[in-house]
Amino acid sequence: MAKIGLATTWLDGCSGCHMSLLDLDEGLIALADKVEILYGPLVDYKTFPDHADVTLVEGAVSSEADKKNILHIRARSGVLVSFGDCAVTANVPGMRNRYPVEAILRRGYVENADLPLLKEDEAETQTCETTFQEVPRLCRIARPVHEFVHVDVFLPGCPPPPEAIFYLLSELLAGRIPDMRGRTRFGA
Amino acid sequence: MSHHLPKKLRTDLNPSRLLTFKIDGRDVSAREDESILAVARQNNIAIPTLCHLDGLSERGACRLCIVEVRGVAKLLPSCVTFPRQDMEVITNSERVITYRRKILELLFTERNHVCSVCVSNNHCELQNLSVELGVTHVHYNYLYPQLAVDASHSRFSVDHNRCVLCLRCVRVCDEIEGAHTWDIMGRGITSKVITDLNQPWGTSETCTGCGKCVQVCPTGALSEKGKSVAEMIKRRQFLPYLQMMRGRQEESWQK
Ligand code: SF4
Ligand code: SF4
Ligand code: SF4
Ligand code: FES
Repeated sequence: MAKIGLATTWLDGCSGCHMSLLDLDEGLIALADKVEILYGPLVDYKTFPDHADVTLVEGAVSSEADKKNILHIRARSGVLVSFGDCAVTANVPGMRNRYPVEAILRRGYVENADLPLLKEDEAETQTCETTFQEVPRLCRIARPVHEFVHVDVFLPGCPPPPEAIFYLLSELLAGRIPDMRGRTRFGA
Repeated sequence: MSHHLPKKLRTDLNPSRLLTFKIDGRDVSAREDESILAVARQNNIAIPTLCHLDGLSERGACRLCIVEVRGVAKLLPSCVTFPRQDMEVITNSERVITYRRKILELLFTERNHVCSVCVSNNHCELQNLSVELGVTHVHYNYLYPQLAVDASHSRFSVDHNRCVLCLRCVRVCDEIEGAHTWDIMGRGITSKVITDLNQPWGTSETCTGCGKCVQVCPTGALSEKGKSVAEMIKRRQFLPYLQMMRGRQEESWQK
C-alpha cells in the first residue's frame, strides 16, 4: 500500500492533542509503515509540503499568523482534520473572547508578571502598549478552524482519546472519511 | 407557576378518555392526558429531551423533543403536546433530526461552554446530547456573551455561562421545595435565571439552601462549591422519592 503523507500542525493550542497522538503507543508502530510524516512539531521539516494527503490541525485561529497559515495549509491539504476542541470550538483559547485583546495582554504580561524593577505602585500605573513587532498580532477573538476554511473531519475532545485518533487514521488509510460520532465528544 | 396542568381527579364521573394513535407507524394507546413524550417512552421509543425531568411540570423550553405530526406544518414539542385519536406522529424523520441538531448547536453557541474546564465535564446532559445527536461541531458562529458567575451563596454557585434556560431550577424550587427562589428575567437569548429580586443568591431571603436546584440542573450552571473540573455529579434520586411520598400523602388526604 502506498504511504499517505501526513502533516500535523498547531495553531492556538496547548500541544495536548499532539501528546494524545503520541499516546497511540504501539498504534504508532502499526501506522509507521503506512504513514509518512511530512511536517509538524514532531518532526524537523521547516516548510509545509506542497501536498499532504491528510493534515491534522490542532488549535484555534487566534492570530494574524494563524489566519495566514490556515489558508496556506488548506490549499495544500487533501483531507483537513480539525484536531481537538480548540480547533473545533475554540475551547480554552476562546475564553479570552469576552475581553478586549488589551485587557488580556495586560492581565498576562503586566498584572500577573513579576516586575522586579518596579515598585508595587508603579506596576499598577504601568501601561500596556502592545506593538506586536516581534510576534504575530492577536485577532480580536479566537475562532474555530472551520470558520475560516473548509474542514473535512471534526475530531472533538480535549484532547481526543488516542483510540479515536487511531480510528480516524485507520479509516483515512482505508480510503474512507471517518464518521467520528460516538467515538469522542466535546471535552472528552 | 400558574400554568401547571390542573391535576384532574379521575373518577367514574369524569374518566380520562382512552385513544389510539400512531407513533412511527406503530399503533399505540394512551390516555388523553398523557403527553406524546410519555406515550413514546412507555413504548420504548426514544425522544431526546433536555428541559423535561420526571417529577417536574413540563415547560416546553428546550424544543429538543420536537416531533412531526402528519398534517401539521410545524414541528411540535412532544413533552407538551397531547395525542388525539388517529394522530400520526413521526419522531425520527430527517427533518426532525436536522432541527434537533440545529437547536442543540444553537444552545452551544448562545453561551460559553468550555467542557474541558467545566465542573460538569463527563456528567453533563448537554454534552451527552451532543453524542446522542451526533453533533461533532457547530455550524453557527459562537456568540461569546459576557456573563457572570455568582458565588455569593455559601454552598452553591451559579455560572450563567453554562445555563441552557431549561428552567428546571425554577420548577423544582417552586414545585418541590416550595421556596420559589428562582425565576427568569429578560427575553429570548438574553433571558437569565435570577434569585429573588435579581439579587445575589447569597442574599436571597427565600432560599432554604436545600440544593435541589443544583441537583436537577442538567449542566454545569449550578454546582456545589469546592467541586473542580469534572467533579460535579448530580444526584437526582430524591425527586422520584419525594414524588412517591407525596403521592402517598395525597392518597391519604383523599380518604
Ligand atoms: S455545561 Fe456541559 S456542555 Fe457546557 S461546558 Fe459544562 S460540560 Fe460542557
Ligand atoms: S437551594 Fe433549594 S431553596 Fe435554594 S434556590 Fe435551590 S431549590 Fe430553591
Ligand atoms: S441554571 Fe441549570 S437548571 Fe436553571 S435554567 Fe440554567 S441550566 Fe436549567
Ligand atoms: S423536553 Fe420538550 S421542550 Fe424540552
